[in-house]
Amino acid sequence: MAAYEREIPLLVIPDADAATNCLSSVWGLGHKLLLHAGIGKRIYEHTQGKGYEAPILQSPPRLHWVQWQTDMHKPIARKLVTQSHDVFVALQKHGPESSDSVRKPQLVKYSRHYRAFMGECVQDLRKAAADPNVSREECESYTAQSELLQTMGLIWSLCEILFVETLPGGVVLQQLQDWLKLHFTEGDRLAREVLQSEDFQFNEVYWKAIYIYVMQGRLAEARHLLSTHAQQEQDTLNTFARMDKLMRDMPVFSALSRQSLAEFDLRWRHWQDQCAQCLEDSAFISYHHLHTICRILSGDQSVFSELSDMLGSWYQMLVTKLLYSNPTVRALDLQYHAKACIDEFGGSSRMSALDNILMAAFEFDVHQVIKASSATMSNWWFVAHLADLLHHCGKLDSHQLNFGSNLREFLLLEYASTLMSHDSLWQVVAGYLDHCPQFGRHYLELFIERIPLQSERKAMKVLRVCEEREMTEQVRSICKVLGMRSLQQGRLGSALSWCIRSKDAAFATVLSDRFLSEYSLGGGFSNLDLIDNLGAAMLLSDRLTFLGKYREFHKLYERGEFQEAAGLLLSLLTAKLAPKSFWLILLTDVLPLLELEELIFRSQQTYELLHCLNELTQWYSSKDYLRSDAAKRKTKGQQELETEKLELLKLGLARNLARAVQEEVIIS
Amino acid sequence: MFVAKSIAAQHKDLIHDVAYDFYGRRIATCSTDQSVQVWDLGEDGEWHCTSAWKHHSGSVWRVTWAHPEFGQVLASCSFDRTAVIWEEIVGESNPNEKGQSHWIKRGALVDSRTSVTDVKFSPRHLGLQLATCSADGVVRFYEASDVTNLATWSSQEEIQTKLNCSCLSWNPSRVHPPMIAVGSDDSSPSSGGKVQIYEYKENERKKKWHKTETLMSITEAVHDLAFAPNLGRSYHVIAVATKDVRILTLKPLRRDATTMGSIGLDIKQPAQLDHNNQQVWRVSWNVTGTILASSSDDGHVRLWKANYLDNWKCFQELKGDGTAIPMSMPNFNREQQQQQQQAAGNARLNPAIQDSMFDGRSGRYHAWNL
Repeated sequence: MAAYEREIPLLVIPDADAATNCLSSVWGLGHKLLLHAGIGKRIYEHTQGKGYEAPILQSPPRLHWVQWQTDMHKPIARKLVTQSHDVFVALQKHGPESSDSVRKPQLVKYSRHYRAFMGECVQDLRKAAADPNVSREECESYTAQSELLQTMGLIWSLCEILFVETLPGGVVLQQLQDWLKLHFTEGDRLAREVLQSEDFQFNEVYWKAIYIYVMQGRLAEARHLLSTHAQQEQDTLNTFARMDKLMRDMPVFSALSRQSLAEFDLRWRHWQDQCAQCLEDSAFISYHHLHTICRILSGDQSVFSELSDMLGSWYQMLVTKLLYSNPTVRALDLQYHAKACIDEFGGSSRMSALDNILMAAFEFDVHQVIKASSATMSNWWFVAHLADLLHHCGKLDSHQLNFGSNLREFLLLEYASTLMSHDSLWQVVAGYLDHCPQFGRHYLELFIERIPLQSERKAMKVLRVCEEREMTEQVRSICKVLGMRSLQQGRLGSALSWCIRSKDAAFATVLSDRFLSEYSLGGGFSNLDLIDNLGAAMLLSDRLTFLGKYREFHKLYERGEFQEAAGLLLSLLTAKLAPKSFWLILLTDVLPLLELEELIFRSQQTYELLHCLNELTQWYSSKDYLRSDAAKRKTKGQQELETEKLELLKLGLARNLARAVQEEVIIS
Repeated sequence: MFVAKSIAAQHKDLIHDVAYDFYGRRIATCSTDQSVQVWDLGEDGEWHCTSAWKHHSGSVWRVTWAHPEFGQVLASCSFDRTAVIWEEIVGESNPNEKGQSHWIKRGALVDSRTSVTDVKFSPRHLGLQLATCSADGVVRFYEASDVTNLATWSSQEEIQTKLNCSCLSWNPSRVHPPMIAVGSDDSSPSSGGKVQIYEYKENERKKKWHKTETLMSITEAVHDLAFAPNLGRSYHVIAVATKDVRILTLKPLRRDATTMGSIGLDIKQPAQLDHNNQQVWRVSWNVTGTILASSSDDGHVRLWKANYLDNWKCFQELKGDGTAIPMSMPNFNREQQQQQQQAAGNARLNPAIQDSMFDGRSGRYHAWNL
């Protein structure tokens, strides 16, 4: 059916310059576009030497943000979004591999859950629309949305009957009756109106309610209404009692009863013969309305056409007709009967989109149901969930075309994409993408990195989601971004912890240098507990190892473990872990150790220190150093201090060497 | 579909380019008025211009953001023959400026002798690299030697394309060797294919950019091109804006499964999207590469999408109406505008379906023809 090829919709942007300079667009996250006048044509004209035209902008250029498919972002619909997400996730656990008898009741349950949440949402929307505080537009949008949801509910329940809750033998009429009862409640409304009115009258409304009840096969309700009539007027000829009996006697087939279909059929025919007999006897001829009801009961085809206004639609007529002429009709035969009813209502040329979708369902054309629904509904919620449910029922794949699972995934991806532009639905999006085997993960990878992380808490949540899915690349990138951001905000500790998580060695070196320069300027370390607890993370970069070890030296020194401290310090120097610019600080740390009563550095160690001192002095006079920024920045005072320190060290080390040699000679 | 917001930029002339940052919460704009502006989405849901500066001495053609792993970094290119790298610095020295930020120039790439027509940062897995192209046909690659100090940019390589370049695009795939596509707006068909594909790979023991392919099927001027995200496919998808839009797939051909680089590309054209025979100037993919937005000379922006059978269709058009917004209302009442838009949108978007249950009454965008 190529019924819905329609014109491409056009949105007009109010922009003064767009008419002459055209429009350009840039994508935001999700279904968001940013538009502005100008399309880069000027670049072309410029570079092609076509000369420069002075700007003739009528007003400052404007930026326009355009959005679409946001109806699931509003608070009321969001409830449906999260509720249906839970059902969706639970449904995914029921793979097609489990046996049919276990699976089917489960699937029916899930289908009902979806419908219940749609119903809840309709109620919420109605309530919201009735709120006197909402603006007219909001109210209209709520009403439109609730109407749309009701339509979805109507289609969904029919699909549930035909595709999900299929009964053995394919006898569907009972279910179709329930379908009408659920979605077409005018009978109830009229009945309430009649029964609650103060001057109770047997007027047209009263009879209309009864007709609707009868046509929907709700004879108990119809009898109840009729009984009020009998109570008020003398039923001398027993006409009402007779009608009551006919109605009471109508056999009802239930799939759950032990009755066989043939048995039911026999009883039903017998009952309808009685109805026909009454008609022949003109038993109700004096009561025009009862006569019409009797014609319905006996399945008189002409009466349905007469009452077509009251039936409202071809599908309501279909159920009524079958109820009183072919109650054991099988689901597969529905489409043949439907054709006749459609003709009563003006033929297929007058079919609306909804009619087409329902007809496709009666024809068991699952693909067409989904296709027509996605062409006409303003959101992907319905088709995505329905397609997924039908996929689990095995109805999508059994279709002749072999793209069943592709179609399901396509629709789920579309639905998830519409939720992406919303700030707080990202976890829901991830839930759907997890179940799209082909592209889901790739979508999620692109999407999850772009979730704005305004707070540390949100960052941890997003990272957990990534880690659960082993998205190491995304974890690494997110941590790097956060590390860089912390650095720019001057929070070194936080930057270092993100850096360790992202395992970025180069960045670790940069950060360690920052810590060291902070130390050399102010004489202290910030974020002590972080540096003290680096553990194995220290090995990420040499500089970070140095930072951790140097801090360890401080701790040893503070605890008075001078031997160990000295050994560590020396190893930092000799293993070349320390940057040259830091050597003077390390050597200065040696000074107090030389002044202790106890001898700390043995002669061999002192030689090594002297060697380091020598190397440092050489470095200070090297071209490399003199050309560096550090050397140029140094003030005269700093330079003098440096020389003084070097002298002191030379002296201290020489004295220590003398002491050490002396002691070692004594020992040996 | 509706206009959610509309504001006046503080530019004094036509805006040439707008770029969203990685998260879609900041934008950078550039204009003929030689300035660059940065806008931030505030907590209040409004966009605020937080920085505006003028440095270039010619029209600024393009502006682009680096990945946030490298901090807040922008690059712009201009008619003044330069491309400039900018970094945002959060003020901390002056207590009055605490938390305030400003953008400083980190590097100027002055190698070009003609207008620099496009500038693009590489995908983040390649580090902080940058490619520029210019009107005299040279594509240049630069790299920040130290990611924490953006003052030094080393020139990596120059390619002579022998055609005036208009646009370039990096292939975002991380599992393939680096690849770029360069487009030329040379309008003479005799100068051959207008899109060239280069790959960075080893040849004669040296890693260099090599031309893999020239797309001979496109001989008209090319104004823009864009690779789509790879999504794990065995082929790349690129959109090319010329006298229409071409969607092309490039499938690397391999000698055997183990060789990294390809030995060529198998090029197919699954779609050619007609724009009323008008030149197309801009193409842009959404984040997942499923919807393409194109801008053409007839003043239309069109949104294109492939269905699950890979049939491409236009599902929405947008057009400027040329109406001026009263100057007395620079920040023009949003609600009011939205209402007008919705009302206008309804009239036009209302589907041709009589059934009231399907009425797109709130101007909602209709779903997709499968």
